[in-house]
Amino acid sequence: MKKIAVASGKGGTGKSTVSLLFALILSEDYRVKLIDCDVEEPNCHLFLEGPVKKQEPVKIFSPGFDLNKCTRCKKCEEVCEFNALVVTEKKILHFPELCHNCKGCLIVCPVGAVSDSYRVSGIVYDKSIDKKLSLRYAEQNIGEAKASPLIEAIKKDIQKDVQIVIYDSPPGAGCSMVETVNNADYVILIAEPTPFGLSDLKVTVEVLKKINVRTGLVINSSQKDNSILTDYASNIGLDILLNIPYSKEFAREYSRGIIVPDIFPGLKESVKELIKRL
Amino acid sequence: MNIASTSTGGSMSAQVAQSFGRCAYFIIADTDNIKDFEPIQNSAASAAGGAGPQAAKIINEKGAKILLTSKVGPNAEGALKEYGIKAVEGISGKVKDAIEEYVNK
Ligand code: SF4
Ligand code: SF4
Repeated sequence: MKKIAVASGKGGTGKSTVSLLFALILSEDYRVKLIDCDVEEPNCHLFLEGPVKKQEPVKIFSPGFDLNKCTRCKKCEEVCEFNALVVTEKKILHFPELCHNCKGCLIVCPVGAVSDSYRVSGIVYDKSIDKKLSLRYAEQNIGEAKASPLIEAIKKDIQKDVQIVIYDSPPGAGCSMVETVNNADYVILIAEPTPFGLSDLKVTVEVLKKINVRTGLVINSSQKDNSILTDYASNIGLDILLNIPYSKEFAREYSRGIIVPDIFPGLKESVKELIKRL
Repeated sequence: MNIASTSTGGSMSAQVAQSFGRCAYFIIADTDNIKDFEPIQNSAASAAGGAGPQAAKIINEKGAKILLTSKVGPNAEGALKEYGIKAVEGISGKVKDAIEEYVNK
């Protein structure tokens, strides 16, 4: 199973477009699962129709406290790296939006006053698109402050017979992106040849360097002159995998929720060739 | 009774800092004798998250019952309330003036 993440620092650069193009093209030859990791704003399901095969709530740890058992020793407060707990004489305050669900408080409490309780953070859907292509996406509950636990959950339990997994990452270079690319074999970065595109690409490349995963660049809305990106890429030794030109026709279909890989001449062949190298 | 002020520096002549959780210093003074004050570095300022509740813990340990600052975030507000610390927001200017004004009010 090959796991490929599609990421970019900037939003709106074409991550979902590229993820969808790759999923549609590669599922001609392989069994592909596309996972939309942008759980705060999923969109891949708008383009791919098919029956929902599975639908499951994702539960994350959220501590409860038994104030009668609690001795106010503050061990939970000390162990909490994220300052999500405040123990006072009267009660224990838990800040769900600061909590990273690590269970540290549960483990450390000497008197068993912390309960192993959970809350639902979102719903994961499995959609079957055609024989060789399936889509997984999630909807995060309103009010959930962090996407990482849901992203971690959505990536689990992939059917054994899937040959290529594509993770469509949320925008940015923060926790959600890192969670998405975690355990990927390859990260495809998407950027447009603009100063903003370059700036956000640089940030993402820096983060990925620390994770030490193989990366390459796809230039979306490529122009005659892409030197703003190609100069940077050649300076740091970043592979340029593909150029996808701007196409009004593609954009028109896209706005109607239809992805047509054939609009780009030669794209199918390039993508099929490319996947062998990744 | 102790009063705390957020501060940009470790002396009474520094300015009241805008942020509570991430200010550089707290000045803790005794309302009966404000010359008797203690500057403490805010170790919560560099916390990855939860600087507000952490800062509330710090000034609670110093026995503060009143906090002078510009603005308190929602998490810090909850923690301060639990500790029984009264937050006075919208304060700016020199720490010394702010504390004196509050005490002599
Ligand atoms: S689960 Fe972890 S982050 Fe959440 S309150 Fe407990 S110790 Fe803190
Ligand atoms: S560790 Fe357990 S006993 Fe100690 S303060 Fe926390 S909940 Fe209470």
